[in-house]
Amino acid sequence: MKILVCISKSPDTTSKIAFTDGNTKFDENGVQYIVNPYDEWYALVRGLELKEAHGGTVTTITVGTAADDPTIRKALAIGADDAVRIDAEAKDAYFVAKQISEYAKDQGYDLILTGKETIDYNGSQVGGMVAADLDLPFLSLASKLDVDGSSATLELDITGGTKVVKADLPAVVSCAKGMAEQRIPNMRGIMAARTKPLNVVAPAGVEELTSFTSYSMPDAKSECKYVDPDNMDELVQLLHNEAKAI
Amino acid sequence: MATDQYVHPDYYNMDEMLTEEHKLIRESARNWIKKEVSPIIEDYYERAEFPNQVIKGLGEIGAFGPYIPAEYGGPELDQISYGLIMQELERCDSGLRSTASVQSSLVMYPIWRYGSEEQKQKWLPKMATGEAIGCFGLTEPDHGSNPGGMITNFKDMGDHYLLNGAKMWISNAPIADVAVVWAKNEEGRIWGLLVEKGMEGFSAPEMHGKHSLRASITGELIFDNVKVPKENLMPGRSGLGAPLSCLDSARFGIAWGALGAAMDCYDSALRYSLERTQFDVPIASFQLTQKKLAEMITEITKAQLLTLRLGQMRNEGKATSAQISMAKRNNVEIALKIAREARQIHGAMGITNEYSIMRHMANLESVVTYEGTHDIHLLITGMDITGIPAFKREL
Repeated sequence: MKILVCISKSPDTTSKIAFTDGNTKFDENGVQYIVNPYDEWYALVRGLELKEAHGGTVTTITVGTAADDPTIRKALAIGADDAVRIDAEAKDAYFVAKQISEYAKDQGYDLILTGKETIDYNGSQVGGMVAADLDLPFLSLASKLDVDGSSATLELDITGGTKVVKADLPAVVSCAKGMAEQRIPNMRGIMAARTKPLNVVAPAGVEELTSFTSYSMPDAKSECKYVDPDNMDELVQLLHNEAKAI
Repeated sequence: MATDQYVHPDYYNMDEMLTEEHKLIRESARNWIKKEVSPIIEDYYERAEFPNQVIKGLGEIGAFGPYIPAEYGGPELDQISYGLIMQELERCDSGLRSTASVQSSLVMYPIWRYGSEEQKQKWLPKMATGEAIGCFGLTEPDHGSNPGGMITNFKDMGDHYLLNGAKMWISNAPIADVAVVWAKNEEGRIWGLLVEKGMEGFSAPEMHGKHSLRASITGELIFDNVKVPKENLMPGRSGLGAPLSCLDSARFGIAWGALGAAMDCYDSALRYSLERTQFDVPIASFQLTQKKLAEMITEITKAQLLTLRLGQMRNEGKATSAQISMAKRNNVEIALKIAREARQIHGAMGITNEYSIMRHMANLESVVTYEGTHDIHLLITGMDITGIPAFKREL
């Protein structure tokens, strides 16, 4: 079984978010990057579990620059067999998806796994675009994935319940919480990652479809006002005049 | 204990001087600790028990003999990686770090450096995974800072050695499969012997009543006419320099570890001071709180610089014993002071097991004494700069 797992980096959740160049660029100064948790904890680990159960290989693919290599090495330390990095800056979901599909189209993968979203821009677009471009089934937000021969059975969380879906392989699946449990790389894995192949591939000629015009920070948290439960007049006055909610 | 929210302070961007692999090793150790050890450590500390279930995980994160070559089952990492792992362990608990320090620097290190090929093959791979645990017997009831005065001895009986004596304050002793025991031969020369669990006349009773390092197991080693096979003598080096070289390695790990405890106390105090309000404002807004926090981060930053430089020198094989002594002494001292100041910032909560502060403080009282006392390390520095040893004198 040949599995391709899409890996991207995202700022550590404790990072202080700021912008530069007139609010047009994310300020990377002092920011630590991690493997996007949905890619790591769910897509990659489930891919490894399937490989352990059925045999085969797990390859990771990343669209990024050399700055992405530490997060790719971590994915290798967790257990991926090899990694591919498309050597281009990832700015636009279509650009990223097209690079992945261009690489994957001749490789014969049975499964392409992504995280349900990346925790920086939360676009949740790449998996669907890859599937569309490769003309494969796309199953999004799966919390469970099992493979039996040439088909996959998935569970998708829906409002108030669970939906069970079957799909023929190959397929593209975006993975959500519940799919697998985080694996912490052990020393054996970290040592092995030193020599696992990380293949850097030139990007395909693809146009970006979108670009960022500017960023802005949310308003600072305003102070909490306490109103005496017996003083309904004050509460109504505040909701009407200050919050303008009524 | 509350959820472990630790984020390491890095005021001088020291991470930029680490490799990506260093950071991955540290992150993996930290994530494993947060998942497997932080939720249970207070409970084991209170019950004065060592959590045996963490031994396998310690092996998996590379805490046992990180610098041991791959041919003996080790990860073959550099000294900074060893330091970072010790820092993460002691950030959680000094007892946890002690267990790994002893296994790495006081047992695996001498077997690797001074053991025979058979001894290395027999013990090192099993110790790297935690399948076998070791302890180190140097200190005796009447010989602590003066180990050269030891009375534990062995006699050559032709086909074996006969070992007699006792060792005290031995971390890991009751659970150890093998003890590296330093003893004098009939000429008074010190050699290391591998004494194995189950040898007749050998016992390792647990010591109780510690108010410190409660999550680490400590015991005595008692040798009553123990027949030690001749192949269990480590042939590579004799004399007091052999055990002292092990202590260099362990003290290096302690310098990093104690700094980890200090960093945890600071991290917790900073977070608490921003959340805790008095007089309607966070206590972090008060000058006296800021003074404490600012002094803490200053001392931590200085110690981080000292420790990283020491790691670089140790990687190059250039660090002297005296340089290691300075780092061990300094870092434990600042950690103790920071623990006390952090306890004050936490107010009454600082004495509870909701926070790690009081546990760190009590643990560090052992760390300031073991592996060379605070005063002895100062005298080592004094001797190094004056050329005059002040350890002993005729009275």
